[in-house]
Amino acid sequence: MTSLTINGKEYKVDAPEGIPLLWVIREQCGLTGTKFGCGIAQCGACTVHLDGQPVRSCVTPAISAEGKNITTIEGIAPEKNTLHIVQEAWIEEQTPQCGYCQSGQIMSAVALLNENPSPSDEEIDAAMSGNICRCGMYGRIKSAIHRASAALQSSSTL
Amino acid sequence: MKKWTRRAFIGAGVLAGGTLVIGIAIRPGNRSSKVAGLIASEGETVMNVWLKIAPDNTVTAIIPHAEMGQGVHTALAMMLADEMDADWSKVKFQEAPADKEYANFTLLKGFVAGNATFPKFIEGTIDGVFLTAVKSLNFQITGGSASVRFTGQQAMRIAGAAAKSILMQAASDTWKVPIEELIAKNSIISHPRSNRSATFAELAPAAAKVNIPTQPKLKSPEEFTLMGTSQPRFDIPAKVTGEAQFGMDVQVPGMKYATIKASPVFGSKVKSMDTTVSSSQQGVKKILNLGDAVAVIADSFWQAKTTLDVLPIEFETTENSGLNQEEIIDRYRNAMDSDLAEGNLDTHFKDGDATTAFEEAAILVEAEYQLPFLAHATMEPMNCTAWLHDGKCEIWCGSQNPLGVRAAAAEILEIDIDQVTVHNQLLGGGFGRRSETDVIKQAILIAKEVDFPVKLIWSREEDTQHDVYREATISRMKAGLDQSGLPIAYAHQFIFKHHPPEAADIPYSIPNQLIHYSSPASHVPWGNWRSVDHSTQGFLTESFIDEMAHAAKQDSFAFRKKLTRDNSRFQRVLDLVYEKSNWGAPLPANWGRGIAIAQSFGSIVAEVAEVEVGIDGKVKVHRVVCAVDPGFAIHPNGFIAQMESGIIYGLAAAMTGEITIENGAVAQSNFHNYPVTRMNEAPKIETHIINSGNPPGGGGEPSTPVIAPAVTNAIFDATGIRIRQLPISKTDLRASIRQTT
Repeated sequence: MTSLTINGKEYKVDAPEGIPLLWVIREQCGLTGTKFGCGIAQCGACTVHLDGQPVRSCVTPAISAEGKNITTIEGIAPEKNTLHIVQEAWIEEQTPQCGYCQSGQIMSAVALLNENPSPSDEEIDAAMSGNICRCGMYGRIKSAIHRASAALQSSSTL
Repeated sequence: MKKWTRRAFIGAGVLAGGTLVIGIAIRPGNRSSKVAGLIASEGETVMNVWLKIAPDNTVTAIIPHAEMGQGVHTALAMMLADEMDADWSKVKFQEAPADKEYANFTLLKGFVAGNATFPKFIEGTIDGVFLTAVKSLNFQITGGSASVRFTGQQAMRIAGAAAKSILMQAASDTWKVPIEELIAKNSIISHPRSNRSATFAELAPAAAKVNIPTQPKLKSPEEFTLMGTSQPRFDIPAKVTGEAQFGMDVQVPGMKYATIKASPVFGSKVKSMDTTVSSSQQGVKKILNLGDAVAVIADSFWQAKTTLDVLPIEFETTENSGLNQEEIIDRYRNAMDSDLAEGNLDTHFKDGDATTAFEEAAILVEAEYQLPFLAHATMEPMNCTAWLHDGKCEIWCGSQNPLGVRAAAAEILEIDIDQVTVHNQLLGGGFGRRSETDVIKQAILIAKEVDFPVKLIWSREEDTQHDVYREATISRMKAGLDQSGLPIAYAHQFIFKHHPPEAADIPYSIPNQLIHYSSPASHVPWGNWRSVDHSTQGFLTESFIDEMAHAAKQDSFAFRKKLTRDNSRFQRVLDLVYEKSNWGAPLPANWGRGIAIAQSFGSIVAEVAEVEVGIDGKVKVHRVVCAVDPGFAIHPNGFIAQMESGIIYGLAAAMTGEITIENGAVAQSNFHNYPVTRMNEAPKIETHIINSGNPPGGGGEPSTPVIAPAVTNAIFDATGIRIRQLPISKTDLRASIRQTT
């Protein structure tokens, strides 16, 4: 048995050697917001945070996450029935289409804004180009990040 | 919109045989007890099958289409609620169950007949024929950019108007006041003169006894309160919290996981496999030979996949096992040559005498174009969960064709379709791919071998290599111009004609046309790929018209404008894209501007692309200006999102999209060798809508066909190099840049 801390909660899981974190999160912990897209860290749909750093969970061995704080899309809101500022911006911009990639997009965006609260277009491109959106909502994702960035600025000056 | 008549609806009603009328619930006696049982809970009154009203006065629109991000649940609910004058804050939606009662009668009729108005005397017959066809085809699909323009226009709006009409009648009867004095607003009907009012819910029981009118009055655009506005989409909040459930996310108690490897060469069979080692792998439940594929069932997907990856499997060799891409294209070319020589070509369109006109032409333009196979690459890989128990079959999937799923399951299992239940989920991308039932059939064959639910998940590799593909094509184009540069003859020889049937038409006034085609054999499975034949024809015709403009020494915009002068909709769209793109304004060195326009799925779309070709030969698309006449955009923001989406989807294909065949199998496997557009490669897109008042056109597909030619025409403008083969990445543009800099 392996112990994983996901969104502040401890999960006892069966993690055979080599199993990527993605499948443990989805199948054993039942947190299906984190998506399978490619399996080789090409699309970003499986992005989660390990101690705040974005990683592709489809190529991250589950065992390597032991002892770290794992955050998934289900765990970014400050509390139950509220939304993270990035999620709010996503709704404001009506960003998703099919929505399948959006958990990963949001996790990458949250990590970006944690590092750099007011990124330029180029910095957003650099941080987000590992996340594919086949519905092509890149313009809206970018706008939503700018919107979240502005909201962060105004909330921090309150 | 199409003028509808009582007779048309009587036709539909007769077919319902006293049950419910498909989509158009406006006939007495149309309340199907079967459907009422499916969708109404206690205390709710089913007014017609497209909506229900609950005691708390919420109105639920029942939408017979799948949600794949196009916003169909919201847009169709808006159309119904607007006609009904329902309180939007109390409108909900529910996806219709996969049932024949919801077969998309209006949709198929629209597909085949477009917005044609039929002679009155045959309308009933037409409806009858199509309804029968729809039911027998198990046709409940989401596709063809059709939901708003057919289901929305011909079912949801009429249903909403009919519902309002009987509620008004119920109020009039109850209060004994003239119906003309009643006002419906925000789900309340009021009679100001007597100061009385009642909610829809309060009136619903009485309304259900009112004969539903055959011709409820529809609103005119000036009366719209919801249509034409951009209401927040129903499906978005759950998509930002991770709660949205796709087929991939379904969890059924006791479920195990399976993955599959089909024969790499299409049509080949499993010759042998060695399961001695693998069967004892940890977590492995079963290894199955399905004839043309091998599947592994295990406690987790990872165990199934790692087992399958090392399982020794031998596939049979077929006549296609040594086939490569070049040979396929050669075969196509040979078929075109021999069909031409032997007079075996099928005619798509013929007007005048092109052969003679070419002889009289002062300038001849000729070109051969080539396009690759394309995969869909939906974000969510193919998957399906199936459970066979108690003689029944339950299926969880995200399908554009849930009724087709039911029919496929019933056929494989040789059980009655009523024993098959489909729980349709959100679709992680469709683009045509999820109208197929191949993965469903596999999941059922796997589930048949065990007594627990199984979720079949395709790896991305399987998804890339066992898609149904956009056709690879070659095309030969020829035009003759007179001294002044005016086209006097046009010929196009292409291969493969699927649909829409008009895709190879050109919108330009050119006398003497000959458009004909061949249909050579191919072992690569074909499928609907966003915009279908328009995806090839848009590139072919809009590239070639640019070549003609260049040969005529005329501006690309002006040339198109001149040749569409009789089509006022095209003229307006061209003028708008000209203005918004600042056509003709100077650009930096190695930049170019290209234009393309096409009508598809009822919408006319023009795009101007601004590109830069770098010193390294790399193409960067900076900006795309899109002007579109969809007749009327029901949900403008959603429509704009669809334009953006179609542009990026088409751009990915234009820039790098290419599936090639090596030794009979697909050579590409994942996003590293089937690259798609990423954020740093995405242009800024500006969309401008013309609400022309024409019948509503589709949104999901029409922006895709024109982006490739807009970009390649821009590359020509920047470099003088005409790209006649896609993807663009196959052409080395470095030389052109060295010359010009």
